[in-house]
Amino acid sequence: MKRLLGRIGFGLSVLVLISPAIMVFLWMLSLSMKTELDNTAFPPVFIPNPVTWDNYAEVFARNDFLLYAWNSVVVSFSATGIALLLGVPAGYGIAKMRAIRLAGLILIARITPGLSYLIPLFLLFQWLGLTGTLWPIIITHLVITLPIVVWVMISFFEGLPAELEEAALVDGATIWQAFRHVAMPLARPGITVACILSFIFSWNNFIFAVVLAGRETRTLPVAVNNMLTFEQISWGPLSAAALLVTAPVLILTLLAQKQIVAGLTAGGVKGA
Amino acid sequence: MTPRRNYARRYVWFVVPAAFAVVATILFPWLFTIYVSAFDWRLGGAREWVGFANYTKLFSDERFGWAMLRTLLYTAMAVVFPLILGLVAALVFNQKFPLRGLARTVFILPMMATPVAVALVWTMMFHPQLGVLNWLLAQIGIPPSMWVYSPDTVIPTLVVVEVWHWTPLVMLLILGGLASLPGDPYEAAKIDGATALQCFWHITLPLLAPYIVVALIIRTIDALKAFDTIYVITQGGPGSASETINIFLYLQAFAFYNVGYASAVVVVFFAIILALAALLMWTRQRVKQ
Repeated sequence: MKRLLGRIGFGLSVLVLISPAIMVFLWMLSLSMKTELDNTAFPPVFIPNPVTWDNYAEVFARNDFLLYAWNSVVVSFSATGIALLLGVPAGYGIAKMRAIRLAGLILIARITPGLSYLIPLFLLFQWLGLTGTLWPIIITHLVITLPIVVWVMISFFEGLPAELEEAALVDGATIWQAFRHVAMPLARPGITVACILSFIFSWNNFIFAVVLAGRETRTLPVAVNNMLTFEQISWGPLSAAALLVTAPVLILTLLAQKQIVAGLTAGGVKGA
Repeated sequence: MTPRRNYARRYVWFVVPAAFAVVATILFPWLFTIYVSAFDWRLGGAREWVGFANYTKLFSDERFGWAMLRTLLYTAMAVVFPLILGLVAALVFNQKFPLRGLARTVFILPMMATPVAVALVWTMMFHPQLGVLNWLLAQIGIPPSMWVYSPDTVIPTLVVVEVWHWTPLVMLLILGGLASLPGDPYEAAKIDGATALQCFWHITLPLLAPYIVVALIIRTIDALKAFDTIYVITQGGPGSASETINIFLYLQAFAFYNVGYASAVVVVFFAIILALAALLMWTRQRVKQ
């Protein structure tokens, strides 16, 4: 009897822990599927009845939502791709050289507030005439993605056994070949983790695009924030847009939870 | 010593491209910020060399002082609550129970969600008349709150969002620590007849201390950096009641176009952050041993 009560108590505590997360996301979903009348009703209507998809239709119909979605895709994929190209070899080099000071420098990048990069980079992009293109946003997103990739890869390469590469080197392979054909295939799980995390934190990023983006180059978070400023009251479309922005990330998290947990526990990595 | 050195040096070229990117996007901004901070520099306007004038102005600027105080208040709350809740959550998720994987994934969803999207939903929930939160409070007999619409409650309310958002990261960091705890001390304590609470207090907590310290430092830094949710929900308002250093910085640079002055703010903020970075590295080294 006492054990049963203990179990029920434990189950309840799990429920209490996860309910804030569930409730916020469900409320977001509920708001996005109700009419404006139901959304502003008091007492609130919890279960959408009737269910309406008009809010979603409205989001796609206006605000160049698809253009901004495309911008977000281009920025996140480019920033992640470039970070992988530069960061995977760098993580390998740092792990091999045991260059703790270099790793420290990268940590400082993780620690610095995004805003502090923006003043000089804003002036630089103006001077280079890059404003109005997606390049400033992609380049600034490297500030987030590159440290994530390097940091995850360092801890991954440090954990790999050195014997295989040493055998390859003894057989006459160059260090580049040992990296490319021995270490990198072994580190594929680590690369996956780095890739997922850097994509998510680039996708979620707001601060760089809010300053650097023009009308045509907004990313989704900036576009959605603009909707709030101009349409304080229309909660339905706003929630639908918010849900559409964060849905790819939430789905990715559900699908790749193991890798994400492993990556985050490894270094306490997080975007700027 | 020498052969080992040469062996290591061969790997320098792996790091060079990334180092170049770091110099361009991270190191250059730092140096340029220090340079800009010595000017009275208007975005798209005139600039004039003023030496340390921006810094002296900073220390007599009441608005900056208040922003600093608010940041410290916000940070203190946004560190303590996630640490306590994250520790409790980690202890729970360290037990074996059905659907644990799913429950843990749901628990970490807030930290992966897009901050702007989440902030929008919270904004709607905080609405004093139509928001769901005041309705929920009414159901349990608590008078309605003004949430982010009153200067008295805006900071604690923003902390609520921050706690919701980042407790999962603390949980993950401490959960990683729990997974690495040895089993022997618990066996010994059990034989000696220790209660569960005694075990927690005298074994678990001391062994977890390094992980808690790492979580503490990461949380402190992230709370100091907080911008997205505050900017989306209040933009520093009502009035300037939630204007933290980051919001102050943003307004100075990109609303008032005072980039020289804003750069001085960045430099002062840097000093604090660099001290914390050193602490973080030092702690990480100790944890590794």
